[in-house]
Amino acid sequence: MSRATAPLLTILGLTTVILLAQWEVIDSYVQTVLMFIGVNIILSTSLNIVNGAMGEFACGHAGFMAVGAYVSSILNIMLFTNDKNFGWELLPPEMTIVLFPITLLIGGIAAAIAGLLVAIPSFKTRDDYLAIITIAANYIIISTLINIESIGGPRGFMGMKKIVFAMQDTLNIPWMILWVGVFTTLTVAAIRRLMSSTLGKAIIAIKQDEVAAEIMSINTNRMKLVAFMFSSGLAGIAGGLFAHILGYINPNSFGILKSTECLVMVYLGGMGSLSGAVLSAFIFTLLLEALRFLIPAIDTVLHWVHLLPAGYELSQVWKWVLIPLLLILLMQFRPEGIMGNRELSDVFPRLKRYFSFS
Amino acid sequence: MPLLQISGLTQHFGGLCALSDFSITFEGRELMGLIGPNGAGKTTVFNLVSGFYTPSAGEIIFKGERINGLRPHAITLRGIARTFQNIRLWHDMTVLENIQLAQHGTLGYGLWDAFARTGRYRRREAAITAWSWEVLEALNLREVAHERPRNLPYGVQRRVEIARALSTRPSLLLLDEPAAGLSSADVRHLIELIRWIHTEFPITIWMIEHQMDVVMNLCSWIKVIDFGVTIAEGTPKQIQSHPDVIKAYLGDEVLAC
Repeated sequence: MSRATAPLLTILGLTTVILLAQWEVIDSYVQTVLMFIGVNIILSTSLNIVNGAMGEFACGHAGFMAVGAYVSSILNIMLFTNDKNFGWELLPPEMTIVLFPITLLIGGIAAAIAGLLVAIPSFKTRDDYLAIITIAANYIIISTLINIESIGGPRGFMGMKKIVFAMQDTLNIPWMILWVGVFTTLTVAAIRRLMSSTLGKAIIAIKQDEVAAEIMSINTNRMKLVAFMFSSGLAGIAGGLFAHILGYINPNSFGILKSTECLVMVYLGGMGSLSGAVLSAFIFTLLLEALRFLIPAIDTVLHWVHLLPAGYELSQVWKWVLIPLLLILLMQFRPEGIMGNRELSDVFPRLKRYFSFS
Repeated sequence: MPLLQISGLTQHFGGLCALSDFSITFEGRELMGLIGPNGAGKTTVFNLVSGFYTPSAGEIIFKGERINGLRPHAITLRGIARTFQNIRLWHDMTVLENIQLAQHGTLGYGLWDAFARTGRYRRREAAITAWSWEVLEALNLREVAHERPRNLPYGVQRRVEIARALSTRPSLLLLDEPAAGLSSADVRHLIELIRWIHTEFPITIWMIEHQMDVVMNLCSWIKVIDFGVTIAEGTPKQIQSHPDVIKAYLGDEVLAC
């Protein structure tokens, strides 16, 4: 047992999941849930940089996710498929296995640039006013996408399954699980490394006292740029992965509702706690999936005890009552979230023996 | 070349003239005092010099370079550090982290170095940590290095704030009411500390202070302002008996009977 234990366990776990998927021990539903956990980990940990560490209230995270999703999807469709809007394929489909992560990164960079929409106003604006700007940014992005006909407008954009199939035709392994695993791991490691360096701690210094930060030689504008662009860039990568897992995206799936999901995860985990954000992404995704089975079960029980009229059926829409209810209960009874601003290693100091980020 | 040369410095807030035609020159190594009644514009002077406000008129020349209009972090990098009247430490970080973070402007590595933990990152972080310990050692703060400032006595917090300012290697240190809120024993320690800093480091100190014994004990030259206007300057002795100063602090004599 050494400080390399945690990274080794991560690699081991990832390999196990890939092998289990390869041998079809776990079916495609479980695979999809696992991939959504990964995507949600990226979303919650990246939003946590701004909302947890820097103490701003950004609530347009899904907008940046949309930018990444659309940019990487369009790039892949343009490069590797014959499409009526984007013309003939430019590269052989075999190259998807090399270029897929690169298109994801380009999507991330595009999202980071879109992050400027929030980052630049943040120089002079704070708190509630900045929160309003983030919502506006979310809407600007969604409305722009809805109004571009060549990418499907409100009908959405599809065909990304072809890219996934192209990768699998080249080499038959569960590529998407691999990429989700790799990018999730890299995200968590990168955030951890940034936030434990003197460079990244300046983001926390801005939250605690911006005036002191500025006078103590921290270029606060630059650090805000770093925080917002890094956060939205990672959301873009999550969006790219999300698009290729589903194979279909629609501007409205990146609206305020999705942004709220990201917020719920951050506040569930605890502001500023990286391990909390990872943990809450797990819990939240599993909870969402559990409701798929729980709601019909509750429906049956309520009918059985005659609490519900025979003509009414409890549908999945109730999910959107239960999730916000969770937020209300959370704020009422444990406003600091699962972890508060502590890390898992603060709660269980013995864990420190098994990993090292330096 | 003088260290700092301020001429005709004026600051308006809307119709209010917070400071008018303020001038001062530092040759270097002085221990200068700035006093005046409440609302006289003392902190405005410091806010202008440290870059929080851009002056309405006038010039601030530091080491031969015009610094008005520069952002505070850029001014700090040029060698002006300050403390605040109400202590502004990062209260949820340790004392050591507070000092380390003050080296942010001279970090010497970028984002990529932080992600990849390159050799440059390790070297620079090690150098920053070593320097921070050196500063803590010099100011007798070694034992509290891993404490959070909010859990420390007020006097120690003051010392940490001064240590943090000193750690940026300033040539001019601005102290905004360092004795505010301290017990009389702490004030005595503070006087010794400031005198020690002034002899130990190649530094010029400019302080705002209300407590006369502190100013009279430490400063070799004092400037007095009231309602944004300079009303007197001189040695502590001259200031103590200056009629305008007495008038500003105690009010006019009632002449009408």
